[in-house]
Amino acid sequence: MNKIYGSAAEALEGVLSDGMLIAAGGFGLCGIPELLLQAIKDNGAKDLTFASNNAGVDDFGIGILLQSRQVKKMISSYVGENAEFMRQYLSGELELEFNPQGTLAERMRAGGAGIPGFYTKTGVGTQIAEGKEVKQFGGEDYILEEGIFADLSIVKAWKADDTGNLVFRKTARNFNPPAAMCGKVCIVEVEEIVPRGSLDPDHIHLPGIYVHRIIQGEHEKRIEKVTTRQREEA
Amino acid sequence: MPWDRDQMAARAAEELEDGMYVNLGIGIPTLVANYVGDKDITLQSENGMLGMGPFPFEGEEDPDLINAGKQTITELSRTAYFDSAMSFGMIRGGKIAAAILGAMEVAENGDLANWMIPGKLVKGMGGAMDLVAGVKRVIVVMDHQNKAGESKVLKECTLPLTGKGVVDRIITNLGVLDVVEGGLRIVECADGVTEDELRAATQATIV
Repeated sequence: MNKIYGSAAEALEGVLSDGMLIAAGGFGLCGIPELLLQAIKDNGAKDLTFASNNAGVDDFGIGILLQSRQVKKMISSYVGENAEFMRQYLSGELELEFNPQGTLAERMRAGGAGIPGFYTKTGVGTQIAEGKEVKQFGGEDYILEEGIFADLSIVKAWKADDTGNLVFRKTARNFNPPAAMCGKVCIVEVEEIVPRGSLDPDHIHLPGIYVHRIIQGEHEKRIEKVTTRQREEA
Repeated sequence: MPWDRDQMAARAAEELEDGMYVNLGIGIPTLVANYVGDKDITLQSENGMLGMGPFPFEGEEDPDLINAGKQTITELSRTAYFDSAMSFGMIRGGKIAAAILGAMEVAENGDLANWMIPGKLVKGMGGAMDLVAGVKRVIVVMDHQNKAGESKVLKECTLPLTGKGVVDRIITNLGVLDVVEGGLRIVECADGVTEDELRAATQATIV
């Protein structure tokens, strides 16, 4: 079965529709599915809900879909880098559900693993716990959090073979594997598609069973905060 | 003279022991890495890395290699990468020995507030709630008072909580305090700060 598509737009055909819950990989601008986000913008699908740790910046990442008003709701842990996001949120145009970062990652992982809910100590006694079931284990309180079952997953990997086995690079892995796992359909964009057999089976980060469609393309890979140190004098 | 930012970071570094896996927050906690000396400390970055190295030299930045503050960093020979679910699995699972974090308010019962001010721009809690709930020892490093001169070390937090009863030790520009039964205990005063001055600057109960 062929999983390779010619472009991000082609890969979205027949799977993207209005009102979907989309799980997206990436942390800040690192490891985001930038080609698929651009293609979703071009497609025009609207009323989308994104489960994504961050919301990009104004003109890159999910930020471009905020500008075009295609996003109805964000499920995120931190959105501080995006002025347009804040404007839409404060004016009531955009819904926002804050999740602690680890809870968000585990909700995706759990959804992908067929686990509809789990108990965690994170957020006990805070606003996050309001309205959630509390259960004691070993005399300590835990709150119930629900798995995320997304309609669509969009992720970025470094390399894929044609069966969808994925390898990520450095900290660009981040939310990509859990986001990939929790969607009914998962589309991955990579820097390079390699023939099967050329990736060491022991070094696969996410097996191709989670991956339905693959595209290859050029990535801008913008850096959010370039930070360097002085070279020591020779 | 109260401690400056670097002296607070240096004092916080004394909390770290050989072999520890540690998570450092943004701000003064980040400076702690400069003062670990010869101790064998592995820094965790919650976006998916153990063994965080220093900032890269100019021209050697890698867009695929950032810390939790989204800054470019480098790897070390000991570095391991993993996904966000595993990263918070090790945090929630109690595998990280210590977290050193900044704070807006800390209360005498160990309550911590550092993620939102009602009515002001809310950026999100990021990984702070997971860290304080899961890490074995939580050390707060912050100024003792806010810009208006009011104590940030309180009987009760006024801001929405990041975690309930989670703080073990508070290091401020005026000294070091431990959260104990019934309130806070003074561990030491900053150089040139008297115990009376520390008490006067603290709203929380000191036992």
